[in-house]
Amino acid sequence: MSTVAHEHDHHHAPTGLKRWIFSTNHKDIGTLYLIFSLMMFFIGGAMAMIIRAELFQPGLQFVDPQFYNSMVTVHALIMIFGAVMPAGVGLANWMIPLMIGAPDMALPRMNNMSFWILPFGFALLISTLFMNGGGPAGGWTMYPPLVLQLGDAFPFLIFTVHILGVSSIMGAINIIATVFNMRAPGMTLMKMPLFVWTWVITAFLLIASLPVLAGAVTMLLTDKYFGTSFFNAAGGGDPVLFQHIFWFFGHPEVYILALPAFGIVSTIIPTFARKPLFGYASMVYATASIAILSFFVWAHHMFTVGMPIKGELFFMYATMLIAVPTGVKVFNWMATMWKGAMTFEAPMLFSIAFVILFTIGGFSGLMLGITPVDFQYHDTYFVVAHFHYVLLTGAVFSLMAAAYYWLPKWTGYMYDEKLAKIHFWLSTIAANVLFFPQHFLGLAGMPRRIPDYNIVFADFNMISSIGGFAYGISQLLFVYIVIKCALGGKKAKAQAWEGAKGLEWTVPSPAPFHTFETPPKLTKSMLEN
Amino acid sequence: MLQISYIYTVKKIFTLNYLSIAKRESMTSIFKKIIQALALVTLPISVFAEWGLNMREGVTPISQKVYDMHMVSLWVVTIIGIVVFGIMFWSIFHHRKSRGVKPAKFSHSTTVEIIWTAIPLLIIIGLAIPATKLLIEMDDTSDTALTVKAVGYQWKWKYEYLEDDLTIYSNLDEKSVELSQRVDSVDPMEHPDYLLDVDEPLVLPTNTKIRILTTANDVIHAWWVPDLGWKRDAIPGFINDNWTMINEPGTYRGQCAEICGKGHGYMPIVVKAVSMDEYKTWVAEKKQSQEAAAAASNKEMSMEELMTKGEAVYKANCLACHQANGQGVQGVFPALAGSEIATKAENLKTHITHIIYGKNLMPAFGEQLNDGDIAAVTTYERNAWGNDTGDMVQAADVAAERK
Repeated sequence: MSTVAHEHDHHHAPTGLKRWIFSTNHKDIGTLYLIFSLMMFFIGGAMAMIIRAELFQPGLQFVDPQFYNSMVTVHALIMIFGAVMPAGVGLANWMIPLMIGAPDMALPRMNNMSFWILPFGFALLISTLFMNGGGPAGGWTMYPPLVLQLGDAFPFLIFTVHILGVSSIMGAINIIATVFNMRAPGMTLMKMPLFVWTWVITAFLLIASLPVLAGAVTMLLTDKYFGTSFFNAAGGGDPVLFQHIFWFFGHPEVYILALPAFGIVSTIIPTFARKPLFGYASMVYATASIAILSFFVWAHHMFTVGMPIKGELFFMYATMLIAVPTGVKVFNWMATMWKGAMTFEAPMLFSIAFVILFTIGGFSGLMLGITPVDFQYHDTYFVVAHFHYVLLTGAVFSLMAAAYYWLPKWTGYMYDEKLAKIHFWLSTIAANVLFFPQHFLGLAGMPRRIPDYNIVFADFNMISSIGGFAYGISQLLFVYIVIKCALGGKKAKAQAWEGAKGLEWTVPSPAPFHTFETPPKLTKSMLEN
Repeated sequence: MLQISYIYTVKKIFTLNYLSIAKRESMTSIFKKIIQALALVTLPISVFAEWGLNMREGVTPISQKVYDMHMVSLWVVTIIGIVVFGIMFWSIFHHRKSRGVKPAKFSHSTTVEIIWTAIPLLIIIGLAIPATKLLIEMDDTSDTALTVKAVGYQWKWKYEYLEDDLTIYSNLDEKSVELSQRVDSVDPMEHPDYLLDVDEPLVLPTNTKIRILTTANDVIHAWWVPDLGWKRDAIPGFINDNWTMINEPGTYRGQCAEICGKGHGYMPIVVKAVSMDEYKTWVAEKKQSQEAAAAASNKEMSMEELMTKGEAVYKANCLACHQANGQGVQGVFPALAGSEIATKAENLKTHITHIIYGKNLMPAFGEQLNDGDIAAVTTYERNAWGNDTGDMVQAADVAAERK
């Protein structure tokens, strides 16, 4: 019986639409996640282009302020929940079983479901833009009472958040179950590739934080439709309570986006420096401490709500403390490069840019953590610049690095290195032209989330918009490179990169439909960190 | 030489500070702007300093300290950045395969790991100490001589001078309202204080410790004037406590800093700091003129008077939602032009009560507008944009609807 099933799998791999809809294969589901996130990246990106076009010069040119607000809101929701998170889960799906020598994810059917509810979630979200009253427009943070003023979009927004949360929690459970149960013999926890470590920790963050968000939005729902007053001062509630609950999710969420990026960069830098990762153990501990600390700093997102001074001091100290483990990571990456024999293929370029630009975002983060000065920075373009440095030139750059790094494994072909380098330079220059001037705008006094502004802000906004358009257009090149690579090119070897270590490089390129059906035997060199 | 003249030219184009803004030619050509923007990228820092690159030092003792703290942390991270990125680039340059280097094998060193954990820890302790002191100072709202309650509304501010028993409403100025419409015929470049000006600024005395309470009427807003050195959320149902002491007379501009709906970008805050004597005179005059206006509002007005006054009231209070053409925003803010309520005679009372008491998203204006204002705006809405009902509403009609 089992032999028959086995044969079936090997020789009659599912084809056509059914292959994708009913897939329980971690590689196919990983591919689905990655393609989906790329599509969302462009939809969210198109909204960013609308925002930058409107801000190109003072005055209202293209959109109504209400629509502008919904662009700001939906751009954030799509980029966070639709682009970066699914891309991370897609990479985890593809790479974790290959990295730990497992035949597939532990819970393949749940894997299928966690992906396939995503498109429905985002269809709901995007459909709200066409509803009576327009799309969600109170910012992605959904603060009441403003969010309760939404029209027909409101229940759809809440349901979307629930769906995305369910999807992410299922993905997280799957990753934890896989890593804890399906590692090849000999691969102890402290021998796992760092990417796997960062994902396990991320998965715990997801499980701990997303139900909190689900609770918060459900309370919004009952406040609006069932007469509760959780967040309504007139009924004895407190609007700030929502902010506390939201950011108790929201801050770990920041690290849900960033930790897998740390894992990616920690995988790529050693490969191209041809030198083992410096301080593996301290990397694991630093990641874990960042994750734990991330549950104790949430109120730094809301210093201006007027907390008691003791609370403000506690959250200031805790926030500043995060700089320590984050610094350890940056220093470890530098030490990995130190005295290596580096080459600079696209994954390495994106990783180095990640280290530098993420650190710049970390610097502004440290400044924002200083409470008395945050009273000036808060809710200005300084914050916008900060989180785009950590999320775009941070998280998104690491995803680009990962895509170039593993494309040979996924497609069996090498991507076009020359085009990829052009893509890198265009993206890096454009992203800095886009976001660096926003620091100045914020310091000069421009609040965030405004559709129109005084002429003093005109010039930096124009520069920023030019950078934005350039960044947007450059990403089309990425799509071209990926498609070109999928269709053909130079054949990739099993070990596509000279300095690459790890089990994923022991299977052929492209990785066969089924891998590690029997656990691999680990050699000593494979396990050195 | 070439470089200098180049900078001079660009500087001339870009003298984009508050002072010379009025002289600045209106530049509508997008092409021209792109050229400018590209030229900017190559400019040296000294030129940038002119147009608000950095945080403002402000005009209060606290804002100065906040600025200093900002500069300290900025320098700390800049120096760390130079050192860290410097070492990294040195490594990138020297430790490359193309130079024929062989990779080293080391992968940990407890000593350096302890060092680079300890040093950042010391740096953040060094930053945390002055930050704590400053925060404690900012938190001390004792011994204030004057209290102003700032109440955020969608989308305006109400200021209550608690000791002086005076209330004013501060709306976006009329010129900005006109220029912010989405039509091609207006150019916001014409107005130096576009979106940063109001009809009634908050007048405050200088050299006086003033307590500023923030709260809101509908959704969360945030009260922010950069020159005062802080912002604070205005939260419905809760009151936040802050203080300021302005050293220099002058006009200081800021904006609402918490997204509060469609008009979030259109509710500036303007503080006018004057000497204590001038402040007292202003309070007395303001009270007098408010009483006079209240008295005048009860008199009968002609159609023409009603329409003129109504249009002004409409622009300041209604236009943000119902739009200049009375068409509203589909699905959110109902149109008034041709609407049942604004045209049918039997709905006249409903029309007035909607304005007084509000409905759904619409706030109650009964408290902000006197009977004459409401009468005028009702008349205006019933006769503008082709509604042409011919209805005239007088202050007495409004007074009759107030409970």
